[in-house]
Amino acid sequence: MALDRKTVARVAHLARVRVEEDKLDQLSGELNGIIGWVEQLGEVDTDGVEPMTSVADLKLRLREDAVNDGDNPERVLQNGPSTELGFYVVPKVVE
Amino acid sequence: MSELLDLTLSEARDKLAAGAITSVELTEAYIAAMDATRALNAYITETPEKARDMAKASDARRAAGDAGAMEGLPIGMKDLFCTEGVLTTAASHILDGFTPTYESTVSGNLWNAGAVMLGKTNMDEFAMGSSNETSYYGPVQNPYMRADGTGKLVPGGSSGGSASAVASRSAIAATGTDTGGSIRQPAAFAGLVGMKPTYGRCSRWGVVAFASSLDQAGPMTRTVRDASIMLGAMAGFDPKDSTSAEMAVPDFEAALSGDIRGLRIGIPKEYRVDGMPAEIEALWRKGIDMMKDAGAEIVDVSLPHTKYALPAYYIVAPAEASSNLARYDGVRFGLRVEGKDLIEMYENTRAEGFGAEVQRRIMIGTYVLSAGYYDAYYRQAQKVRTRIAQDFKDAWQECDVLLTPTTPSAAFGIDEKSDPIAMYMNDVFTVPASLAGLPAISVPVGVDAQGLPLGLQLIGPAFDEAVVLRSADMLEKAAGFSAKPALMAV
Repeated sequence: MALDRKTVARVAHLARVRVEEDKLDQLSGELNGIIGWVEQLGEVDTDGVEPMTSVADLKLRLREDAVNDGDNPERVLQNGPSTELGFYVVPKVVE
Repeated sequence: MSELLDLTLSEARDKLAAGAITSVELTEAYIAAMDATRALNAYITETPEKARDMAKASDARRAAGDAGAMEGLPIGMKDLFCTEGVLTTAASHILDGFTPTYESTVSGNLWNAGAVMLGKTNMDEFAMGSSNETSYYGPVQNPYMRADGTGKLVPGGSSGGSASAVASRSAIAATGTDTGGSIRQPAAFAGLVGMKPTYGRCSRWGVVAFASSLDQAGPMTRTVRDASIMLGAMAGFDPKDSTSAEMAVPDFEAALSGDIRGLRIGIPKEYRVDGMPAEIEALWRKGIDMMKDAGAEIVDVSLPHTKYALPAYYIVAPAEASSNLARYDGVRFGLRVEGKDLIEMYENTRAEGFGAEVQRRIMIGTYVLSAGYYDAYYRQAQKVRTRIAQDFKDAWQECDVLLTPTTPSAAFGIDEKSDPIAMYMNDVFTVPASLAGLPAISVPVGVDAQGLPLGLQLIGPAFDEAVVLRSADMLEKAAGFSAKPALMAV
């Protein structure tokens, strides 16, 4: 266990959430509390038990491989914070 | 106006059908009630003009002989359901200004059945919480107050705005969603009936996702009959949701036969948790006696893995949340906070857009799914989940429905619980049925020493909502819950 400052900073970056340096210790304490508490699951004998992948006894359906939506760029882009010429605009990615 | 607000959903339906009242009259009464109870903060967005238009259209449909199951009934819609042309926030800053261009299947089903939308109800941010205090739009107040008048109380969560609205009579009923107890716990705190149907019964399409293997929509109402009517209108197969059950929706109201003689009601001994308050224990005993008096057979059963349900939930749900919430990146909708490059823009947007509890859960989820920890945490939790589901399957060999408390306490005060794990403990009785995907309902049965509502929960086998509703109807009749909140529209 033990999510130290470094681990918390790494997880925050993986999750793409900026965490200020001075918040790392507090967050590390909170996350350790939760992780320490869920570790009791290790007590359960799960030998030969399949992990649950679907709670309902349902088979995923197949549908015809056909276009059933689309061709509506205005609707798709309507909520974009920054759009131009039918595209989303983001900061420069390639130098 | 008070007479209109006194009506339950089923009574209003019957009066509308008989021509004794119109939807316009009923809707106007509720719009005035929203006004009168605004201090509770039950709604994020009120839509009175839309409600008036929908009520007029409903009366016209009825005049033309074309009335649906929810015809003319004004309801609150939890702000987790996408509503076309109406701001949808999930109570998060990160969805600032998001106005969907489509309608969720469940809300669409309700409008097709004739329901009228009063507005979008407040909730915990992304449905993550048990007190409605994580909302970006501020906490919601429970219309019930302690007898000694001290402090404002939470309505529970995450569907706290819906609970507060229905209890304070600013909606005749409201939708909720339940991932680990988010319909049942607030229903218990606000003296209401709240039902989470079987996973797959209601479509998840267009509902802002939290934990996709657990999320289910359901009704929050004043009576069990109201819940059966509204659930019938919400449910149904939807090809747009890959986990939607391809099954016919039974007539749930017809299931309320008023007869549970010979029904086997299981009492799981593991729900007698350490430190359970005496009044919860007494309420449970009272419920057992009521069911026995109604002719049911009481059976002691065991669900051995109950104590592991909460920790398993707090791995599975954050893991799914961390994946589902990856879509909020400041590019396609909602809030954007600029940065020097794309990564920094993502990080700034998500740091400012998500509240503390949501950030915590995203990070827990990211951690338990990360390389080296996946097997120890996530995979183990999924195995424990299989065990929990098996416990219930074993129990159905001995009983038809389970009776338990809904919550370990009555409503608590705003700002009273600050420790995350203490907050998670609220869901100790509701999470197991969520992990197993089973239908479960909370029915108000009594009050605590301070006059606050307490509920009991009934859990049934998958896709047997009918047996849950039938027993809930009997429990409701026997309990004769009559408490009224201190704050409500009159």
